Amino acid sequence: MSAPQASVAPSSVRPLDVRTPNAAKRSRRDRLVTGLLIVAVSLALFPIVLIFYQVIRKGVGAISWEFLTTTQPFSQRKTGGGYLNGLVGTFYMVALAMLVAVPLGVAAATYVVEYKESKLAPIVQFFTDVMTGVPSIFIGLYIYALLVQGSIGFSIGFSTLAGALALSLLMIPIVARSSEEVLRLVPDDLRNAAFGLGARRWQVVTQVVWPTASSGLITGSMLAVGRAAGETAPLLLTALGAFTIVPKLVNAAQSALPLIIYDEARGPFAAGQARAWAGALELMLIVLVVTIIARRVGRRSEIQQ
Amino acid sequence: MLMGNTMPALDRGQRPSGRHVTRNKKSSADRWFKWILGLAGAGVLIVLAAMLVSTAVDAWPVFKREGWQFVTSSIWDPGTSRTEITGSYGALAFIVGTLATSGIALAIAVPLAVGSALYLTHAAPRWLRKPLTYTIELLAAVPSVVYGLWGLLFFVPVFLRPVMDLVAGSLGRFVPFLAPPVVTYNYFAAGVVLSIMILPIITAISREVMSKTPQSEIAAAYGLGATRWEMMRFVVLPRARPGIIGATMLGLGRALGETIAVAMLIGGSKQIADSIFLGGQSMAGIIAVTFQEAAPENVKALIGVGVVLFIITLIVNVMARLIVRLTGGRLLGDASV
Repeated sequence: MSAPQASVAPSSVRPLDVRTPNAAKRSRRDRLVTGLLIVAVSLALFPIVLIFYQVIRKGVGAISWEFLTTTQPFSQRKTGGGYLNGLVGTFYMVALAMLVAVPLGVAAATYVVEYKESKLAPIVQFFTDVMTGVPSIFIGLYIYALLVQGSIGFSIGFSTLAGALALSLLMIPIVARSSEEVLRLVPDDLRNAAFGLGARRWQVVTQVVWPTASSGLITGSMLAVGRAAGETAPLLLTALGAFTIVPKLVNAAQSALPLIIYDEARGPFAAGQARAWAGALELMLIVLVVTIIARRVGRRSEIQQ
Repeated sequence: MLMGNTMPALDRGQRPSGRHVTRNKKSSADRWFKWILGLAGAGVLIVLAAMLVSTAVDAWPVFKREGWQFVTSSIWDPGTSRTEITGSYGALAFIVGTLATSGIALAIAVPLAVGSALYLTHAAPRWLRKPLTYTIELLAAVPSVVYGLWGLLFFVPVFLRPVMDLVAGSLGRFVPFLAPPVVTYNYFAAGVVLSIMILPIITAISREVMSKTPQSEIAAAYGLGATRWEMMRFVVLPRARPGIIGATMLGLGRALGETIAVAMLIGGSKQIADSIFLGGQSMAGIIAVTFQEAAPENVKALIGVGVVLFIITLIVNVMARLIVRLTGGRLLGDASV
C-alpha cells in the first residue's frame, strides 16, 4: 500500500550518542526491543512462507491439464477429473456480482464525496463502514431467507443468481469504501476548473471526477472481486454446489471453486484431498493475480500528483 | 445565451466530451443525477436494515420459544419438524466457541502485528520495508478456505499438534484451561490459524497510523537523548494508540465472523469444553456445517444464531469506528475494508 512515507521518513533522524548515567542499561533495553521486533516480524512472515510452500508443493503435484479442463468426479474416492465446474461457477457468479456491486458501490461513494452537504451523506458513509464488517455467512443467511427459501413470496432456489447476489452484497461496501477514498483524492481545483467552464454538477462528476479517479476506482473494484472469488461461507447457503457446469441462472444449484475445495478437503479420501490442493493453488493464483493487477493499475499516488 | 458554445476552451476543440453544456435542461439532469446516486447510497442503509429485520423475523419463532435460553443454555438438540419448533436451541456453546477462538486469535495477533508495524515503520532498514510490507499483506489475499485446507491437512496435525502436546503436558498441569487431553482440532488450533488471518489487517492499519508520526516529534525525542525504543514508547505508541485499538477491534470483528477456516479446525463438538485443547464449535461454524441437512425448524434456529452473531459483530464494528473517529481519525486504506 502506498502511504506517503517520503514525507515522514523517520530513518533520516537517528538517536544521539550521548552517555547518560544509565546509558548502558537503556541501550541494552533498546537492543532487546529491536530484537523482539525482529522476532515479531519473523513470526508474522513464517506462516505466509509456509502456506505458499505447501500449496505450491502439493498443488503443483496434483494440478494438470485434465484438472483444469474437466469437471469433478461424482465420488471423492476416484482420482482424475478436475474443478472446471467450480471455475466456471466462480467466474459466472463473480461477474454477475460485479455488475451489481460496482455501479452501486461507486454511486454510493460518489454521493458521499460529491454531495457532502446532504444530510444523508455522513450516515451513508458510516454505515458503509459498518457494512464492511458484516460476517459473510450472515449475508448468506439473509439471501437464503429472502430469496432461496422465499420469504418475500417467490423463490429462486439455490442458484447462480442467489450466489451472485450474496457476493455482490459482500462487494458493495468494499467497492464503496475504496472508491470513496480515491474520489477524495481528486483535487478540488479540478472540480472548480470544470465549474468555471460552466459545467453542471453531474458533468463535473462524470467527465472530470470519475475519469481522474478511474484507475483507483478500478483498483477498488478488483480488490472486491478478489475477495468475492475466495469466499466460501455465503455460497454454502446460496449456491450450494453442483457437479456439472450449470448455465442456468435460477432454480439450479451452482458450483464454485471454494465450495468444492471445502467439500473435498474435509473428505477422508486421498484423491479428493489431492484435488483440493490443486484447487487451492488454482484459486490462490486467481485471487493473487487479481489483487496484484489491482494494485498495479491503481497506484493511489498517481492522483496525488 | 452568452455562455452557449462560445467558451474559449471549447472553441479550441478541447471539449471534455461530445456533450454541450446546455442551459435550459439545467437542473433536471442535475437533480436526477443526485437522486440516482442518493438512492444507491440509501440502498446500503436499506439493505443493512433489511438484513437484520428479515432474518430476525425468520428466526422469531425460535427466539419466542427459547427466550433468553437461546443465549444462556448450551443444550442444542435440533428437532425435525417442518412447521413447529420441537427441539431445544441453546447457542451458548457456540457463542463461547466464537469468543474463545477470537480471543486466542487476538492474543496472538495483536502483539505480533503491533511489533511488526513498529519494526516496519521505525526500525527496519529502508530497503527492507516495502518487500516486508507486501509480503505480510499477501496473507490477506489468501482465501479463507485455503487457510482451512492448509490448517486441516498440514499445519495443525503436523506443526501445531506437538506444540499443543508439549504445552498441555507441562503448563497444563497447573493451568486448568490448558490441561490435557489434547485433540488435534480444537479451540486453540482454530484460534492460531485465525490469528494468521487477522494479522495483516491489524498490521496494515497500525503501520498506517505509525507512519504518520510527525518527523519533528521524533527528532525532538532523539534530541532529548532518547534511545529508539524510548522514542517509540513515548512518541510513536501514544499517538498510534487509537489507531491500534481500532485496528484490534476491526480484527476482532473479522475473527468473530470468520466461518470456513474455523469450521474446519475447531473440532465440531457441541459442548463447552473446559480446555482450549478440546473440540468445540463456533456460531458461524454451526451454521456452515449443519445448514445443509437441517430441517426447517433447525434452519430457523441457525438463522437465529446468525442474528446474534450479526449483532455482536455490529457492536464491535461500530465501536471500532467510533473510537477511531472520536480521536479524530478514520480507518483508511485497502486493509480496512
